[in-house]
Amino acid sequence: VSAAPSAFSDEKGGSASEPEYGHDPASGGIFSSDYKRHDDLKEMLDSNKDSLKLEAMKRIVAMIARGKNASDLFPAVVKNVACKNIEVKKLVYVYLVRYAEEQQDLALLSISTFQRGLKDPNQLIRASALRVLSSIRVTIIVPIMMLAIKEAASDMSPYVRKTAAHAIPKLHSLDPEQKDQLIEVIEKLLADKTTLVAGSVVMAFEEVCPDRIDLIHKNYRKLCNLLIDVEEWGQVVIINMLTRYARTQFLNPNINESLLEENSEKAFYASDDEEEEDKKAEPATLAKRKPYVMDPDHRLLLRNTKPLLQSRNAAVVMAVAQLYFHLAPKAEVGIIAKALVRLMRSHSEVQYVVLQNVATMSIKRRGMFEPYLKSFYIRSTDPTQIKVLKLEVLTNLANETNISTILREFQTYIKSMDKDFVAASIQAIGRCATNIGEVRDTCLNGLVQLLSNRDELVVAESVVVIKKLLQMQPEQHSDIIKHMAKLIDNIQVPMARASILWLIGEYCEHVPKIAPDVLRKMAKSFTNEEDIVKLQIINLAAKLYLTNSKQSKLLTQYVLNLAKYDQNYDIRDRARFIRQLIVPTDKSGALSKYAKKLFLALKPAPVLESPFKDRDHFQLGSLSHLLNAKAAGYQELPNWPESAPDPSVRNVEIPDWSKCSSRKDRKEKKVEKPFYSDSEGESGPTESADSGNCESDSGSGSASASGSDESGSGSESEESGEETESDEEEEDEEEEKKKRKKLDKTKAKKQAEESAERCTIHTIHQISCIINFDQFDMNKITSVFSQTLAPSGSIKMYELLHRIKGEGLAVEYCFSRQPFSPEPNMVAVQIQFTNNTNSETKNLHIEDPRLQSGMRIREFAEIDVLAAGESVTVVMGIDFCDSTQAANFQLCTHTRKFFVSIQPPVGELMTPAFLTENDFKKEQGKLMGMNEILEKLTLGEKCVNEHVIVERVTATANLSRVPCGSDKECRFAGKTVSSGCLVLVTVTTKEGGGAQLTVNCEKMLIGTMLVKDILQALSQ
Amino acid sequence: MIHSLFLINNAGDLFLEKHWKSVISRSVCDYFFEAREKAVEPDNVPPVIRTPHHYLINIYREKIFFVSVIQTEVPPLFVIEFLHRVAETFQDYFGECSESTIKDNVVIVYELLEEMLDNGFPLATESNILKELIRPPTILRSMVNTITGSSNVGETLPTGQLSTIPWRRAGVKYTNNEAYFDVVEEIDAILDKSGTTVFAEIQGVIDACVKLSGMPDLTLSFMNPRLLDDVSFHPCVRYKRWESERVISFVPPDGNFQLMSYHISAQNLVAIPVYVKQNISFFETGSSGRLDITVGPKQTMGKTVEGLVVTVHMPKVVLSANLNATQGTYNYDPVTKILVWDIGKLNPQKLPNLKGSLSLQSGAPKPEENPSLNIDLKIQQLAISGRLGSFISVGCDSLPAGPCDKALLLLTLF
Repeated sequence: VSAAPSAFSDEKGGSASEPEYGHDPASGGIFSSDYKRHDDLKEMLDSNKDSLKLEAMKRIVAMIARGKNASDLFPAVVKNVACKNIEVKKLVYVYLVRYAEEQQDLALLSISTFQRGLKDPNQLIRASALRVLSSIRVTIIVPIMMLAIKEAASDMSPYVRKTAAHAIPKLHSLDPEQKDQLIEVIEKLLADKTTLVAGSVVMAFEEVCPDRIDLIHKNYRKLCNLLIDVEEWGQVVIINMLTRYARTQFLNPNINESLLEENSEKAFYASDDEEEEDKKAEPATLAKRKPYVMDPDHRLLLRNTKPLLQSRNAAVVMAVAQLYFHLAPKAEVGIIAKALVRLMRSHSEVQYVVLQNVATMSIKRRGMFEPYLKSFYIRSTDPTQIKVLKLEVLTNLANETNISTILREFQTYIKSMDKDFVAASIQAIGRCATNIGEVRDTCLNGLVQLLSNRDELVVAESVVVIKKLLQMQPEQHSDIIKHMAKLIDNIQVPMARASILWLIGEYCEHVPKIAPDVLRKMAKSFTNEEDIVKLQIINLAAKLYLTNSKQSKLLTQYVLNLAKYDQNYDIRDRARFIRQLIVPTDKSGALSKYAKKLFLALKPAPVLESPFKDRDHFQLGSLSHLLNAKAAGYQELPNWPESAPDPSVRNVEIPDWSKCSSRKDRKEKKVEKPFYSDSEGESGPTESADSGNCESDSGSGSASASGSDESGSGSESEESGEETESDEEEEDEEEEKKKRKKLDKTKAKKQAEESAERCTIHTIHQISCIINFDQFDMNKITSVFSQTLAPSGSIKMYELLHRIKGEGLAVEYCFSRQPFSPEPNMVAVQIQFTNNTNSETKNLHIEDPRLQSGMRIREFAEIDVLAAGESVTVVMGIDFCDSTQAANFQLCTHTRKFFVSIQPPVGELMTPAFLTENDFKKEQGKLMGMNEILEKLTLGEKCVNEHVIVERVTATANLSRVPCGSDKECRFAGKTVSSGCLVLVTVTTKEGGGAQLTVNCEKMLIGTMLVKDILQALSQ
Repeated sequence: MIHSLFLINNAGDLFLEKHWKSVISRSVCDYFFEAREKAVEPDNVPPVIRTPHHYLINIYREKIFFVSVIQTEVPPLFVIEFLHRVAETFQDYFGECSESTIKDNVVIVYELLEEMLDNGFPLATESNILKELIRPPTILRSMVNTITGSSNVGETLPTGQLSTIPWRRAGVKYTNNEAYFDVVEEIDAILDKSGTTVFAEIQGVIDACVKLSGMPDLTLSFMNPRLLDDVSFHPCVRYKRWESERVISFVPPDGNFQLMSYHISAQNLVAIPVYVKQNISFFETGSSGRLDITVGPKQTMGKTVEGLVVTVHMPKVVLSANLNATQGTYNYDPVTKILVWDIGKLNPQKLPNLKGSLSLQSGAPKPEENPSLNIDLKIQQLAISGRLGSFISVGCDSLPAGPCDKALLLLTLF
């Protein structure tokens, strides 16, 4: 009953907001008959015959498809939601999803049907019930949807789980409040091991919580391995997400090359006396620089995505191409060129997008596309936008060797009938000419010939380009300027006229006779010119007045007088300004003396740049890149981290999956190998890179063996049918793996011990100090006392600038754990400068900090002089915003600048907090659930008693101990420096070396990282 | 991702709309119409159009614009590729993808769109699954349906969606097991005025029609796979085996599909089968011009050239053409300025020739450049890349037990 009036108002509203609705003959005039028809539809829907119902539903769906309003049928349709006939049911679903939002109350009638469907024994019915339920955008049912999603996420059937993943973004857009709960579901589904779910859940992840990179860690390797079997659309989403992930977790594989470039540049610009020093320093820095070793996980990603370049789906190919462009070492990026060129054979829309991306890539990596130059030749049948893009690519690819062929192509393009394209071609020639000095004259001649072209647009475009080229070397080309001066009588395009006038004015000394004559002509036509031309006439007059006042004084006066009464205020202003500046009067200020310098200063030639330059800061292949503007929901591509975050976060603890165990071993080996033995480490990744290809020859070294393990299992998942047969074998294998793993573990442990010993040498003093304090009752230690707990000398020093890289200036820093008095929110960083040269260094200060948003730096006062051989210590404050992101800045001396960065360990982001036992328990009670992280661990051999545990924990993090009755438990409390969130740590020891670590912290990221660090400290 | 889809015909009528999230007013298409007007030619409409609140990504196929509305960041190729997939599905279902067939089958179209996207994210795009969900219309079935009142929606629930090989439907049975492979090669070449090849490449596809029972596992190997410069595969092909052994190993979908496409760029392999002598000139005075085109065979390896069509894009000033063709028919469209000469079969004894005069707009300056010619032709039973095709062998790794004929191999070479 209530449906009819609301439907009426809907229709009204619809026609108001949709202007073309009125043009449709079916609306308005036939309104009454519409009503009648709806009546008979209602009748049909109410009948008992399925065929009538079906017919009615078909007609209704056809109405919806045409955009007609059918909302008044809602009550009649919704009754049929439980219809036995599948097609009727499906069409009712279509209708329901379309109109439920408008008729929320009535839509609720259907909910119970879907709720029943969710319990159906058939997985497909469960899935479709969830699908429709989640598509109904009615806010009241949010709790029902949430419940349904949660249940479906742990359904037996992967298909239902996939549907659950699809439902997550639907619910999120309906009610963003549910985000936290949905993230939990996403986390759960991310752990799913079926290919069916992987793509959908990553899509949900990208839409709901794309910044929660920490959820990916544990699933990273699984996603890489499943990737090839995921359906195409899922592949695209996963690859794009993993690109972003890899940018935060791995090191720049081209870091050494960029350093090399930097170095050579430095050498180039260095003054003579510095050069010698540079030469000495350079081999040293080269030798010292750590060889880059690719993280095996980074390699895994590159290896597993590569075959997808062969996909038939252009979006997948593009996704892999952008992944390689953003992540691969320079030498490997080349392989994507061939695949991208293949896409050029596809539909024109695909070509359009691919060319945009190729244009950006070809600026950075020109060599990659050079072999395919001819694939970018333009066909007469190409749409204009594609032609222009191809031109862009050809221009980017032009170099000394191929320029002649490219120019020959361009010449034919100029004769095209498509004028926009011709204009673009002329500009392309101009750019080639500026970029490649050898052909500048040839191009200029060619362009001058175009000046006699019959088409005015061509001439105008040529004039503009010639103007830019002439600015580079005007002396040799006075004849061209003369030629152009003659053209002014014929050319009507304002931009071209303005360009010619500017040229004549700028180089009037090269054409002393013609210039005044041109001014004469222009003065005559001044009033009829466009504004842009008028401005240039005034300019020309002013310049001539300054160089040749005898001939042009009166003309200039005349022009300025005309301009004085012009309609355009820009022109009037310009005239007034110029008159004051150039015509000497008794009132004229000091500036007029410099008028000549002002007007006839040598102007730098314009740089003709590609519009695609620097577009690669957008992730390639994205909509934002295409538009060159941030689209809504675009996720920035992060910069490479300065130092790699801990790779062990990707280790999977529970080896429930046969592959994990082997990979974990490999991981441990690989990560630590390069650290200890450089020669081995270098060969490691290359070996594993190749192993993907030679599956059969296993046993050639441990690295390739593990590589083939994994590719073997990869093909297993492909041929799922065989899995049952090979199960037995697999089990055997697994046992073997376990054995191997044990062996490896002991090896790793030894190595870890070694390293522990090494770093303790540094910190041993500090430790003994803490032990002393520990023998007191912790209650009695006042806050002032504990802040001086760790004297600065005993704290671990980090290197900021090495002596050799800093040309004698060595800089080290440490976290002094003192409160930073000027700003309590900042972490105090103590920096020690040592001057190892034999001359003094002056003006040490910080410049140009590049910080993540929200981060702040309080610089130390500039150090005026640092004498040779001396050192000095200063303190600066950094607000890290409770994140472990590095603070990057430049350290400047009076001669040099050094890029440096400070990255805090998570433990340094907090200050001790003093709580009583009761307070501690109360606070801990508030930080339960998501904010609590529990981890079991085995204490290291040396962690024999409480003291060692306390000392290890406090060395890792700046926490204070909280008194505790039980001797099995150690409690620590602290607050994060920036936001003052509580951080509570509890270590409970158990019999037989086991222990349990609990961290409660509102900031989950800090919590997880802290857990990791403390675990490491305690298990050593 | 994809918010809504609008289908718009060449005349600018919006004839179908589908929304996967909340409804977006069709007035958003005004931005598209604006761009469409500016572009003049339908090909020149930019594929991505930015509006204040949405982004429109569109493709143009079979005289229909598929305009999708996007609200947030998404790879544009993702959408474009999907829209093409939609168009291909329509073609697959209705034989052709045109405005009239879509209007006639609007309910099936709607059901298809409903299954292909869920909340804007692709759900089922494999034709094998879709056909299980929604049966394509045939004359027989529509007759039966009207009589018995049964529907074209699958009664059984699709199990293909659940399997690890989503492209193949389950429980396929044939009495005759057969598989056909068509190798289609295209040369794409740009020649300059004198007939020298500026650029040439071969693009090939292998189309398959596999009608085998059960879960067959096939391999296909080439005699000389090194010739293949670049390949792309249907998802059913195992990448790993191709990389290691250069063998195409796959569990095929049921029915027609494109197995792979390849690319051969080696210039010396490409022999252009015909030559063209052309002379198009415009006179300085009298606003007229002359045209003379002759086509002859060059390297056809004894095969006949068929389907020969010459297309000339004339300059704007050409008003009409008065020509005489020795073979075939010609047609000059004064609106689009395109001259099409449909020759048909090339007779090497009597070379086809098109000759006559062109009349130009009086007073207009003569065009500076001679128009470019496009030549399309077909040759049956010939692979231009040579040795590649003739040695394809098909092996069946696992054919189901039961009635199984030999796998039939038929090569249609072009």
